[in-house]
Amino acid sequence: MTTRAHECLMRMYEEEHNLEEYQGSIPRWCTGCGDNAILTAVQRLCRDEKLRPEKTVFVSGIGCSSRFPHYMKTYGFHGIHGRALPIAEGIRLARPDLHVFVNTGDGDCCSIGAAHWVHAIRYNMNLTVMVHDNHIYGLTKMQASPTTPKGLRSKTTPRGAWLDALNPLTVTLGIQNVSFVAQAVDWIPELVYDIISRAFHHKGCSFVRIIQRCPEFLPNLFDPWLHDPNRTLLLTHEKGLHVSPALGKLYKNQQEYDPTDLNRAREIASVEDPIPVGILYHNPEVPCYEDVRAITQLRTPEFIQRGLETELDKFTVWPQAAD
Amino acid sequence: MNDTTALEHATEPGTASRAGGAKPAITLAEHVIEIVSDSGEGAQRCGQSLGAIAARMGNGVWTVEIIPAEIQPPARSIEGASGNRIRIGSRRVTNGGNEADLVVAFNEQVLLGRVRERELKPGCIILLESMWRDHPDAKIAAAYRETCDRLVKEGYDVREIPMERECKALVADPRRGKNMFVLGMLCNLYSLDLQLARDQVAFTFGNKEEKVIKANVALLEAGFRWAESRLDFKYRVPAARVEEPRIVVNGNTAIALGILASGMEVCAMYPITPATSASHYLSEVFEKVGGVVHQAEDEIAACAFAIGASYAGKCAVTITSGPGYSLKQEALGLAVMCEIPLVVVNVQRGGPSTGLPTKAEQGDLLAACFGSHGDAPKVVMAVSSIEDCFYSIITARKIAETFNVVVVVLSDANLATSQQPFPRPTFSEAWLAPPVDQSPAPEGAKPYDWDPLTGLARRFVPGQPHGMHTLTGLAHDRLSHVAYDPEINEESLRHRSLKLAALQKTLKTPPVFGGEEGDLLVIGWGSTQGAIEEAVERLRAEGRRVSSLHLRFLQPMPGGIKEILERFKQAMTIEANWCDNPEDALIDENNRRYSALAMLLRARYLADVDCWSEVRGQPIKPDAIYRVISNKLVQGRR
Repeated sequence: MTTRAHECLMRMYEEEHNLEEYQGSIPRWCTGCGDNAILTAVQRLCRDEKLRPEKTVFVSGIGCSSRFPHYMKTYGFHGIHGRALPIAEGIRLARPDLHVFVNTGDGDCCSIGAAHWVHAIRYNMNLTVMVHDNHIYGLTKMQASPTTPKGLRSKTTPRGAWLDALNPLTVTLGIQNVSFVAQAVDWIPELVYDIISRAFHHKGCSFVRIIQRCPEFLPNLFDPWLHDPNRTLLLTHEKGLHVSPALGKLYKNQQEYDPTDLNRAREIASVEDPIPVGILYHNPEVPCYEDVRAITQLRTPEFIQRGLETELDKFTVWPQAAD
Repeated sequence: MNDTTALEHATEPGTASRAGGAKPAITLAEHVIEIVSDSGEGAQRCGQSLGAIAARMGNGVWTVEIIPAEIQPPARSIEGASGNRIRIGSRRVTNGGNEADLVVAFNEQVLLGRVRERELKPGCIILLESMWRDHPDAKIAAAYRETCDRLVKEGYDVREIPMERECKALVADPRRGKNMFVLGMLCNLYSLDLQLARDQVAFTFGNKEEKVIKANVALLEAGFRWAESRLDFKYRVPAARVEEPRIVVNGNTAIALGILASGMEVCAMYPITPATSASHYLSEVFEKVGGVVHQAEDEIAACAFAIGASYAGKCAVTITSGPGYSLKQEALGLAVMCEIPLVVVNVQRGGPSTGLPTKAEQGDLLAACFGSHGDAPKVVMAVSSIEDCFYSIITARKIAETFNVVVVVLSDANLATSQQPFPRPTFSEAWLAPPVDQSPAPEGAKPYDWDPLTGLARRFVPGQPHGMHTLTGLAHDRLSHVAYDPEINEESLRHRSLKLAALQKTLKTPPVFGGEEGDLLVIGWGSTQGAIEEAVERLRAEGRRVSSLHLRFLQPMPGGIKEILERFKQAMTIEANWCDNPEDALIDENNRRYSALAMLLRARYLADVDCWSEVRGQPIKPDAIYRVISNKLVQGRR
């Protein structure tokens, strides 16, 4: 018995996975789509973290972003528009043993699913949430999304978007129980990986907004930022991102920033140019809803019967004793 | 009854108790009692207690809450009537019955509300709080006197009772205690055992201090004595001896108990009337069996959360009412498409839109069967009694997990707040859900390996090695790969549909109530069962050849119904959802909109099934059904 348990432990310890084990169908995203960068980073992360494919679930809504689970070889749930978060929450509550990731987009999360976004942050369940934000509806062919910049012409805003864009970071940082907020950009893949990895290691709802290019509908939107590295602000800290020397040479606009300061995080998030990249906020102390609600008791039939009989007792009218 | 010792001290001189015996009691087969007050005066507690005491005596009992639409309606308003209707019978009582035989009212305005809604029997006894007669506000006093005179003129037997004054002798604030005084009066009037009543009061105030219990028992006894000495009548509804333990709960509590017993672990909900009280109770107790009630941010999230939990291996339930059910449609379609087991409880209320939130209707049957876009086959069951609320949830969970389907359980506002005793359930391990399957799937296993005969496929749950796949709401093949291929799309639709046929083959033909053949078959579903059968029984006793059939499964429908229909000359449904009246000038066979079940039966059996419906927000009364059936039988003869 001892030997076998020992062997089991050894095997778990030695468990290795290669990238192919996480690669599902061949992605059907457009060439140059930022979603590919996110997929690559996530597959690497799964391999490096040795996540068991059968213990890993990717949940998504609808949109280009939400095709993501099909391209993984883990369990996946490609649900309906806007509802990835509540589905993921149900999975999380039922199964604390699983790794649950959510892939959603700017329309899926910040428009049709906005109510769930607010409350998911407040529940703070242990989920890694990636918002693939390309500032446009891609799958339905170029309608304005909540993060579409003001003035941008789309099929639904032919004379330019009427309103200022919604800032997903400031909104998230304004919600009670927020515990992890980060931002990445698809044109720095190294940091996409690092940031998602930090998000994965955070216990709680980690919200990662990934600004990504849509080569089909907004091919030049981010050119000014790509052409001028100083318009990207890297947030570095011993508790946050570590920038490699090679990357540091290119992106010189860096700021040493402690991500435990919520007010400071809100200030940084509210500046959209330069684009802040890194961990904006991290608080590992916020309780997770699934822990607050956790039932540790083993649900044996005897246990359930005891609970039920106690309740039935309260409502039972017993036969009267003989006079 | 042997309570003379308690009666030795009458409240007033000159009204000494009659030692050793009481007024002769008139024996009744049954009586309907209503207690109405302003909100917060405790009429509901009084009524529920009366029902519980009668149940303890061995009487058949049905209690229904009378609920105003607002939390704090203005005092003394016609719309503000809050209280309880209690039907007590010698035999088992299956519904709220007809108009009330005796009414207790704490003011004349709430009473007028009941008169206006035609809930009182002509000439019935009214026990009315008399404090308003000499109220310092002249307007109030005038309104009271005017109403009193009017009611007397209309033939009601009005008894004015100084409840407030009598209670003041015992408590400082009679507003909070009058209900127990009334309970005492009623116990006396219906010859209920005073000791049982004392026990019930002690139980009701069980979590309060001894002082509170004592004060309420004193009020109860005072009411009992007052009725004994000051009222000139007394009834007795003979009761059978209680031989077995019984449960006294309302439909929503029975649903919650059913959830406990079904082994489900997760209930995701959003507050909505009249469903929420099931979740209230469940929130209190679910953790005792290791379950969690999650109050989601909205109805859609509640449904999606339940789907997530079910997908991950723990069959979940979401509880809602009409508007919430509408909101869940898209998510329900997802569960159907992905073949995730799910139980949805819809406690129906009056619709459409916000409709009648606190009132009963059976308006959601077609939405339950056909809601959600595309072909989304779901199982639809309807509960028809309080006991049924308990067992149907257990059945629903089993069907959901066996066939990987969505099971909709329809209840309604009538059952939600009605109480009816039923035999205490005996726990069975078979009720419970099996543990989450984490065994490795066979190599190369397909997530939708549909059986060509039944459409069933083994479902793989996260955690099972080799079972990995991505569920999708998109059209998909056996590997759960997105597939736009026309053949594959038809194949998947076919298999999802076949599952209902597979379930249908396991269903038993429901029994006919009454003769197996005859002139008229009345068909119903849901909470109308008791009232329909009561009317049918009366008509059969008069020699009429009428029977009834009550459907628990509405989708799929069990076999054998066609054969039953063929044995009757006429058939009609009786339902609490809209149907056009053929007497209306514009209505004819080309445009008449039929009631929901009638429509389903006509479509399936090509039978000329007529319908009659009532959508007054009130449970349909046996008398109304009796009249409808009588007319239909006469028409049939023409």
